Amino acid sequence: MGIRLSQIAKTYGRPGTPRALEPIDLEIASGELVGLLGPSGSGKTTLLRIIAGLEQADRDPAGTIHFGSRDVTEVHVRDRRIGFVFQHYALFKHMTVFDNVAFGLTVQPRGQRPSSGEIRARVHQLLEMVQLERFAQRYPAELSGGQQQRVSLARALALRPEVLLLDEPFGALDAKVRQDLRRWLRHLHDELNFTSVFVTHDQEEALELSDRVVVMSDGRIEQIDAPAALYRAPANRFVFEFLGDVNRLEGEVRDGALTCGEARLAVDLPEGPQELLLRPHELSLEAAPSAAAHLPMTVTAVVPVGAEVRVELAADWLAEPWLATIGHGDFERLDVRRGQRLYALPQRWHRFAAEGRPATQPSLA
Amino acid sequence: MSLALPRLTGRRRVLPGFGLSLGISLMFVSLVLLLPMTSLVGQLSGISLAEYWAIISDGRVVASYTVTIGAAALAALVNAAFGLLLAWVLVRYEFPGKRLLDALMDLPFALPTAVAGITLATLYAGSGWMGRLLEPLGLQVAYTWVGIALAMAFTSIPFVVRTVQPVLEDLPQEVDEAALTLGASDATAFRRVILPHLWPALVTGTGLAFVRSLGEFGAIIFIAGNMPYETEITALMIFVKLQEYDYVGASAIASVVLMVSLALLLAINIWQGHFIKRLHGGRG
Repeated sequence: MGIRLSQIAKTYGRPGTPRALEPIDLEIASGELVGLLGPSGSGKTTLLRIIAGLEQADRDPAGTIHFGSRDVTEVHVRDRRIGFVFQHYALFKHMTVFDNVAFGLTVQPRGQRPSSGEIRARVHQLLEMVQLERFAQRYPAELSGGQQQRVSLARALALRPEVLLLDEPFGALDAKVRQDLRRWLRHLHDELNFTSVFVTHDQEEALELSDRVVVMSDGRIEQIDAPAALYRAPANRFVFEFLGDVNRLEGEVRDGALTCGEARLAVDLPEGPQELLLRPHELSLEAAPSAAAHLPMTVTAVVPVGAEVRVELAADWLAEPWLATIGHGDFERLDVRRGQRLYALPQRWHRFAAEGRPATQPSLA
Repeated sequence: MSLALPRLTGRRRVLPGFGLSLGISLMFVSLVLLLPMTSLVGQLSGISLAEYWAIISDGRVVASYTVTIGAAALAALVNAAFGLLLAWVLVRYEFPGKRLLDALMDLPFALPTAVAGITLATLYAGSGWMGRLLEPLGLQVAYTWVGIALAMAFTSIPFVVRTVQPVLEDLPQEVDEAALTLGASDATAFRRVILPHLWPALVTGTGLAFVRSLGEFGAIIFIAGNMPYETEITALMIFVKLQEYDYVGASAIASVVLMVSLALLLAINIWQGHFIKRLHGGRG
């Protein structure tokens, strides 16, 4: 079942105060897994809660929410038939795992309620799915965080919702468990084919898990795209900066070169002050400058962990230090050490004109 | 000479060692609680069991038990309902004057009970503000057992509010929201999710309020009217015996109140232990 939002806005407090959510239009296809990504205060959780019916959108403008062809704008949360997973699990602590998962089934009105045998079968099937059958008679406090979140997911799926909403579902868990649960949620989503929307502030999580990512800031949607497209072609500077580490180079362009102190980079840009942004992996380090780039730097820190080596660089012509990620081959060839003087060679750079213009991305390779 | 120096390898604690802290605690408990209780029981050693029974089963005294327990039960039940509501309002809502209302909750603890008693008696007497409104409706509060219950409710409401409040603060709003997303009606969410969570605290608070009401004297005595067999409370019976210099009689009745209170407190504690274990994963 698809979700269609049109002109959904939210103001907390009196009208006239700044909006937590500017009027938003968003269409989510049936069976899609969409991530709402943004820093805290960007309105992503508010948007999710409005979809769920836990918050009421503003009356002005009169926005609408459709699940498929059903207009749910005025439908109470209990009748929207959604599954909702909370960041801190929100399990019923006085009930066993079994009773938690069965809750949604047992509170249905008498006529629609399945028989207790059916409920038992359904709960066991759900617990099997989340691999927690052995824990059916335990209380939530006896489980680990990852297990509790799985119970909460099983509970949300008990009523076979066609829409599953997750509010920072893995935010309270440690890295290893988070990784496992992500993979497992992706698998579950593909298997059961519901429409899912999840909120996260973790770029990696959003890019790994989503079919499409909605990047938000200040109550606005900045960009909606598939993860690969989003990373390759960020719509604006905010998206670019939010999706990864950024090195900044500011200087004056004159005679086809950008200069800043003793640094110089050949560019094909109009004359005047310019700012270029570079990703750490789009830099290489060399012992000598090239004809196009003369960017002398000093190594301030080296972190040789993982597939790449992270090198921190500083120079007196730079306001903030740069970060470069280089291969272990280059690391050994150059014998990178702290205090060493090296030259950065950008393979590619990005430039965003003031507010929201598309990026220009010439390649220097 | 060997001194038991704290071992460096041992666990360091802020307070002095176990032996010393437990010793001081026990001494304090003995002086403040156990010694007076022992002397109370000691008073009784001079009389036989039959005499003891005669004192505590005297018709007027038994009538006072009924009045006290009945009024205390009513007060406790009323407080359970309103205390829960007050705690709910104080935890879940923001409104102007919230801090003031919160502070007001402790007033019955701080106010001398006699002041409360006189105030209530003046208000609810036939000529008082409330009395004048209620009397034409045929409701007499002052000098009846309803008045006693009212005074008891006044002095014991903080017990319910202050035990429920922190537990409610621990219950995140997400939990009610989770119940709603699962299709529960408001009433079902309250009955099956919120109430069970608050139940141990609510029962404890109500129990404490009840026990407190059993022993209340100052606040009640002015509004009760103190008619024998009708509006005399047990604490008054003790007071009457004392005025007649019948220390043994006073102690006998006091011992009944003491035993009932102790038994109730113990029962509440044991019962609550089971719940805490469940909520905190057997590590209670």
